[in-house]
Amino acid sequence: MNAEQAIRLIQERFGVPATGESPNRLEPLHLLVSVPKERWVEFARFAREELGCRYFSHLTAVDWKAEGFELVCRVENLEAGIGLTVKARIGQDPAPSLTGIYRGADWMERECYDLFGIRFEGHPDLRRILLPQDWEGHPLRKDYAVDTPHPPYR
Amino acid sequence: MEVTRRLTPSWGEFKDLQEWEKYRQERPEGDKAAAFADRLFDTIEHFPGGWVAVTSAEKLFNWARKSSIWPVTFGLACCAIEMMATFASRFDVERFGMVTWASPRHSDLMIVSGTVTIKMAPMLKRIYDQMPDPKWVISMGSCANSGGPFRFGYHVVKGVDRVVPVDIYVPGCPPTPESLMFGILKLQEKVASFQKTGQRETLTPAPD
Repeated sequence: MNAEQAIRLIQERFGVPATGESPNRLEPLHLLVSVPKERWVEFARFAREELGCRYFSHLTAVDWKAEGFELVCRVENLEAGIGLTVKARIGQDPAPSLTGIYRGADWMERECYDLFGIRFEGHPDLRRILLPQDWEGHPLRKDYAVDTPHPPYR
Repeated sequence: MEVTRRLTPSWGEFKDLQEWEKYRQERPEGDKAAAFADRLFDTIEHFPGGWVAVTSAEKLFNWARKSSIWPVTFGLACCAIEMMATFASRFDVERFGMVTWASPRHSDLMIVSGTVTIKMAPMLKRIYDQMPDPKWVISMGSCANSGGPFRFGYHVVKGVDRVVPVDIYVPGCPPTPESLMFGILKLQEKVASFQKTGQRETLTPAPD
């Protein structure tokens, strides 16, 4: 598996272009793919089993205000030097969970739930991970007021 | 028939340590020992020449207190690295009688070195409550003083003086070991004048 094969395979199976280039010879190739929300889990399984991206680097989200949230996830094939960044617009809906495919997605999705308030369907243990359990609100949302009082310390 | 010879109840007669701490801090009516000590010192002080004995005893106690301040090791963030450097051989505050101690129950001083998050604040308060009186707090660095660069974040306490009373504020981000040593020397001066003024000088938290 090399980068050209990966780009062709993604184009064949999902019909979306994978763009990206390697900044220099030493770093792995960065590929960027946008998939629809319905094929998010399917693409993750494809990336793990067929592209060999077994390393789950991170998962986060972007708040585009009125357009809703966008999930961003990065998986890597360390042997072939392919890094794959996958994006999916989910709007305001709950997102499908990747924990059945990547164990590393467990805490990342908990963090994403903690800070963005995105509910992941199928997650085994969706609790807050960074903030206290009795925290109100999700601080990385754009509509979260920074001056939200937290008695008794503020 | 049970005969109680003690003036004050011992800690074993309380349900738990928190009630004991509460009793010790509030000094209720039945505390005859404190009242006796007050009357005794009052009598001695008004006796001709008696103040010599009282102030000498105070000086002795304060000298002992300021010469062996034991800080509890409570490093929170990057300021703790500078605190470790202060306790290490180059700057060596052990010459002031300071021994870093890993138990709050044997310590006199808490150096809050670093950012206090809202999640960490209850633990900090708990460690402070576990320290025996008299106890002092040094707020080290911008974050502990006021929240520092994270003051307008969502998760940081805007100054540790909203959680515990602070005696010395050491500015800097992070403060150099020399700054912290200066703060420690200032704290020693404060400890030495502790009984003379009769009250602790702590600042109230600044409004938002």
